[in-house]
Amino acid sequence: MDLAFFGVQLLNGLQYGLLLFLIASGLTLIFGIMGIINLAHGAMYMIGAYLVYDLTLRLGNFWVAILVAVPIAIALGLIIERLFLDTLYKRDHLYQVLLTFGLILVLNEAQRIIWGGDVHSVPVPAPFDASLQLTDNLQYSVYRLFVMGVCLALAAAIYWVIRHTRLGIIIRAGAVNRDMVEGLGINVRTLFTLIFSAGVALTAFAGMIAAPLSSVAPGMGDSILITCFVVVVIGGIGSIKGAFWGAILIGMAETFGSVLIPSLASMVIYLIMAAVLLVKPRGLFA
Amino acid sequence: MLHRYPKRVAIIMLVLTLLVAVFPLWGPAVFGDQVDFIQEKLTLMVILALFAMSLDLLVGIVGLVSLGHALFFGIGAYTLALASPDYSAASLWWMLPLVIAVSAMTALMVGLLVIRTKGIFFIMTTLAFGQMFFYFISTSQFAGGTDGVFIMFRPSVTVGEATLLDLSDPQTFFYFCLGLLIAGYLFLRWLTRSYFGQVLDGIHDNEHRMQTLGYATHGYKLAAFVISGVIAAIAGMLAAMQYGFANPAQLGWHASGEVLMMLILGGMGTIFGPILGAFAYEILLYVFEHLTIHWPILMGLTIIGAVLVLPRGIAGLIIAPPGEKSADTSRRKSETVSPVDASAQPVAAQNKEG
Repeated sequence: MDLAFFGVQLLNGLQYGLLLFLIASGLTLIFGIMGIINLAHGAMYMIGAYLVYDLTLRLGNFWVAILVAVPIAIALGLIIERLFLDTLYKRDHLYQVLLTFGLILVLNEAQRIIWGGDVHSVPVPAPFDASLQLTDNLQYSVYRLFVMGVCLALAAAIYWVIRHTRLGIIIRAGAVNRDMVEGLGINVRTLFTLIFSAGVALTAFAGMIAAPLSSVAPGMGDSILITCFVVVVIGGIGSIKGAFWGAILIGMAETFGSVLIPSLASMVIYLIMAAVLLVKPRGLFA
Repeated sequence: MLHRYPKRVAIIMLVLTLLVAVFPLWGPAVFGDQVDFIQEKLTLMVILALFAMSLDLLVGIVGLVSLGHALFFGIGAYTLALASPDYSAASLWWMLPLVIAVSAMTALMVGLLVIRTKGIFFIMTTLAFGQMFFYFISTSQFAGGTDGVFIMFRPSVTVGEATLLDLSDPQTFFYFCLGLLIAGYLFLRWLTRSYFGQVLDGIHDNEHRMQTLGYATHGYKLAAFVISGVIAAIAGMLAAMQYGFANPAQLGWHASGEVLMMLILGGMGTIFGPILGAFAYEILLYVFEHLTIHWPILMGLTIIGAVLVLPRGIAGLIIAPPGEKSADTSRRKSETVSPVDASAQPVAAQNKEG
């Protein structure tokens, strides 16, 4: 492996890791603050990708499609939280697992009914549909760099909200002791709705900007969900910082794993998780 | 468990068991030509009931929600498939101990890692280990990758030269599975009512208190994890015999989710509930599949409905029918809470009057 090739893999790993962070950050916030295990999180990623595929065809422009799709995703999050999760906050995790598993079945099948079982692709949008010439036979997609930039900007925005705003204080306090926050007069119900919708919007947005990079396919949310679970377990539940470093670690591990040890690639992330659990059962940043 | 169920539970279960057991007598009259197909379905339901029951020990009794239980089901299936000779039948006398040994070892190794985690962490780590095994199997050369492995001959059960049971005969195999299900039920019922089971019950209610009382709760939980895994592996072995193959789909996380659905449909923590749940799930699946190709949407809505409306499942309905709520003896919570309520109510009433 020469240096340029190594550099490309490094960028790929970073880009994949940053995308994972967008999904895992929603997952870890919903765990940490609402105490809800949301298996349907991956299905939202899939729906984001399908929404942008559909709307790009209809509206003819990827960017307009994203502008329309994000509010739809937020609305979907609102509906699911109010309709289904509202009754689950005080109940055992088992019921959350089952209800959100039921949601996966419904959403996956709804996707099949609306968009069918075919695999689709979304063209890389202008002005990023170019590639950089790195060496004579190596080039790198500008769109990947753009995705990286967007993810980093969002990560910085999330960090700023959590560290430096009043809402952030409430979120951090909520992750430590929900009852106390409620006791101090914060409307936790509104906070939950906000967090859940934001989480859904983040993962759906990740699906949207990832659509031009990979194919849009049925069940695409299931595999990414499990990967994000691993990210959250490694980073520690409720920790945005943990989700960030966990996502980068897993992104790198999967990218380099599939290049260096293809036979074991699909297992690498689980081996890392097992190793982390042995040393720190509550995750690296919990 | 400490509490006893109303007599009707025993009566209903006995009647249902008898109905299933004498299926060869009434099956042909009801199902006509389809009787062989229905008997195969029935055998599968019996096997899945054993699988669901094994998970109940973990989820319902100890309170550990596993989303990777299909791992052990798969271990049983693949152990049978890989250890069977290609052109002759294996002997059950060494196959069964092998399945038990392999699954117990796996459960011990996985359990040592996951048992230290709790709540959401336990759910996610069991899920992740299940998926790890799933990818390991579906990318491996020796286990046939995504195609799986075929099993040409069901194991033989012989004593000396004489064949004790011919498992390749569908009827014999059906009774063999039913016998194992009943044995599994009696074992788990005995286990949950034993001293060991009472400790598990205590851990479910309050693990810290049990630790304070001097119980090494991790050891008890690990033991329950291993027992549960071994029973699931036996069910997986039976399923592989029934299908004639072992396939990665049997051990993916969707399979783990399905068995959890059986648990909620049947009613968890009751041991007999998951049996009803497995049958109910398979019957619903059969009906939905015939209604529409989009059956997962109906199944998903059923599960959401069950969680919202019927969290105690069918067993909850039998133990405490909606009509007689006051005579509720089903779960410990209602038992411990009601005396407090009884003493609190007069005070509240007095205050109101005053």
